Amino acid sequence: MATTMATALNAALADAMLADERVLVFGEDVGQLGGVFRITDGLQARFGDKRCFDTPLAEAGIVGFAVGLAMSGLRPVVEMQFDAFAYPAFEQIASHVAKLRNRTRGALSVPMVIRVPYAGGIGGVEHHCDSSEAYYAHTPGLKVVTPSTVDDAYSLLREAIDDPDPVVFMEPKKLYFAGAETVLPARTEPFGRAVVRRPGRDATLVAYGPAVPVALDAAEAARDEGWDLEVVDVRTIVPFDDATVAASVRRTGRCVVVQEAQGFAGVGAEIAARVQERCFHALHAPVLRVCGLDIPYPAPMLEHTHLPSVDRVLDAVARLQWDDQPDRRWLTEGSAA
Amino acid sequence: MTTTPQAARRASPRKRRPVTPTAPDPTVGLLPQNDPVRLLDPDGTLLPARADYPEPSVEALREMYRRMVVGRRFDAQATALTKQGRLAVYPSSRGQEACQVGGVLALRYDDWVFPTYRESMALTARGIDPVEVLTLLRGDWHCGYDPARQRTAPQCTPLATQCVHAAGLAYGESYQGRDTVALVYIGDGATSEGDFHEGVNFAAVFKAPVVYFVQNNRYAISVPLSRQTAAPSLAHKGVGYGVPSEQVDGNDPMAVLAVLTRAVAHARAGKGPFLVEAHTYRMEAHTNADDATRYRDADEVEAWRDRDPVARLETYLRGRDVLDDAAVAEIAEQAETYAARLRERMNGQPTVDPLSLFDHVYAEPTAQLVEQREQVRAELAAAAEGDA
Repeated sequence: MATTMATALNAALADAMLADERVLVFGEDVGQLGGVFRITDGLQARFGDKRCFDTPLAEAGIVGFAVGLAMSGLRPVVEMQFDAFAYPAFEQIASHVAKLRNRTRGALSVPMVIRVPYAGGIGGVEHHCDSSEAYYAHTPGLKVVTPSTVDDAYSLLREAIDDPDPVVFMEPKKLYFAGAETVLPARTEPFGRAVVRRPGRDATLVAYGPAVPVALDAAEAARDEGWDLEVVDVRTIVPFDDATVAASVRRTGRCVVVQEAQGFAGVGAEIAARVQERCFHALHAPVLRVCGLDIPYPAPMLEHTHLPSVDRVLDAVARLQWDDQPDRRWLTEGSAA
Repeated sequence: MTTTPQAARRASPRKRRPVTPTAPDPTVGLLPQNDPVRLLDPDGTLLPARADYPEPSVEALREMYRRMVVGRRFDAQATALTKQGRLAVYPSSRGQEACQVGGVLALRYDDWVFPTYRESMALTARGIDPVEVLTLLRGDWHCGYDPARQRTAPQCTPLATQCVHAAGLAYGESYQGRDTVALVYIGDGATSEGDFHEGVNFAAVFKAPVVYFVQNNRYAISVPLSRQTAAPSLAHKGVGYGVPSEQVDGNDPMAVLAVLTRAVAHARAGKGPFLVEAHTYRMEAHTNADDATRYRDADEVEAWRDRDPVARLETYLRGRDVLDDAAVAEIAEQAETYAARLRERMNGQPTVDPLSLFDHVYAEPTAQLVEQREQVRAELAAAAEGDA
């Protein structure tokens, strides 16, 4: 029977609570209800309402409370109900969670996991589908992790809970109920390691979280067009694995970064810049990005226009100067062709 | 025969409505007294004894006096250090000595304090090395002391955010079977922040042993209390969370110590948080960089000078014969020595290692930070070579 990402996350929480009695799981509706996505289902019944509990409906309070619990030696794992509902907690995350170790020269640390169901593709109404990873990735002191497979969901969450630093653990909502044949507990590559999900020779697609399945589908479809594409799953945005990404691009000589978030000043922009810094002489074409549009997340009936699609990825691949001609899109009238 | 309605009512006496038992007043024990608790008059005269707040021991009050005198001298020295360029900035708490010292004296050594940037005096009164307390303001690092060892959180600049940390820490301590209390210092302006609300609410819901100690010094930089709240008092906010509260004359050292001692005992007994509002006054500007004459007039400041907490306690203790000229002089001497030693130690330029910038961002630096550290190391080496 297939295991879903939701099941794997639930198992990771339960196993972590079993392994370490300092682990406390709390947030909004995570107790008796088991969370709106049921990720904490059964934890309160199994471990009691002191280990898994509901809080007042206040995200800054939840994260700030976790800061204090971590200061007292506990290991809080908090759930933000949805991506955009985590914004009230941003001051606590940016000013305290991320900085306490540094402010105190390591005398205080606040290991905790902030779980954020994020991104769209589920027909959610507004404020339920934001891709907010760039805000966290731009904040030194945080680790930012996002699984795209069932095995990674389990393994990365276990590692996040054991990690000595605070981790923002971003769960792609649209992948919650995608299944895979796997046996838990699964252990995969550690933090800081990107993984080649599909080897290929002609170009590298770099993706993370909800964009990984899109990249894999695009790579499959590209075979029909004669391209053999490699897909690299970033897995941990922070710490970022420059080595694996750069090695892949040096092999293929071409790179497209795929992310669901709006593109401007996003994680994909950072990846594209890093690839060009490291692989300039191996590149046969500029690094391109396929991102969400630079708009607020659209209403459900329009979200598929916004989201990166297989076609959009293939269009970008087609622009990778295969005939050694410059990409005409960037040429303005009057400039040399 | 016709009768008017009035006549009919007179003829049959009105039945009494059945007596319904009135619900008990749910605010009992939660609301503060209407007048701030005061045990000493501004002139140092002892007011009639009261059952709710017994007078603290004279030994405790004498020690409080000593720390207030040393604290005031420390505060003046820190302001002087800004003029000499040794501190980037200093937010003074002169005038608030009773609160600064009282909050610390009410606690056990293993209790936690969650201070703001204005609590330098409180932290030195707690016994933390004054140079470590001033590290933040000198600018060689953010927090100079070890918060875990001192049981004192880093001085908090983002207003009221520490209110929630204290709730979590205090709950975490009691969850692990320890009877630690957390005391949060905040100002009147910070009570307008959402995190004050969330902190007190979390503490109340989880029955966390926290004392929220609001030093209402009338101004948030320049903005008067009337722009922060329409509540009858800041202490009245407690009832909204089901948290008992009290107001106290913040310039009456005896009352501050008595009220905080009771609040700490309440929290330690497992009864949940307690909210205390102290009415006090910041005699100096917000910091040395601020000009208080732009927003408050001299008469107001003068009126508060007459309510000086140090003089008030000194008069009382002299009257109780536990303080005489010799003792006052001796304590003043201690304060001078403390300030002189601080001045001396702050004279040198602290050494700061640029490479340490990378040490504590994470438990282990990321590959990117290792790369940047090497770059800075190379820059420093090149600069050193250029100097040689």
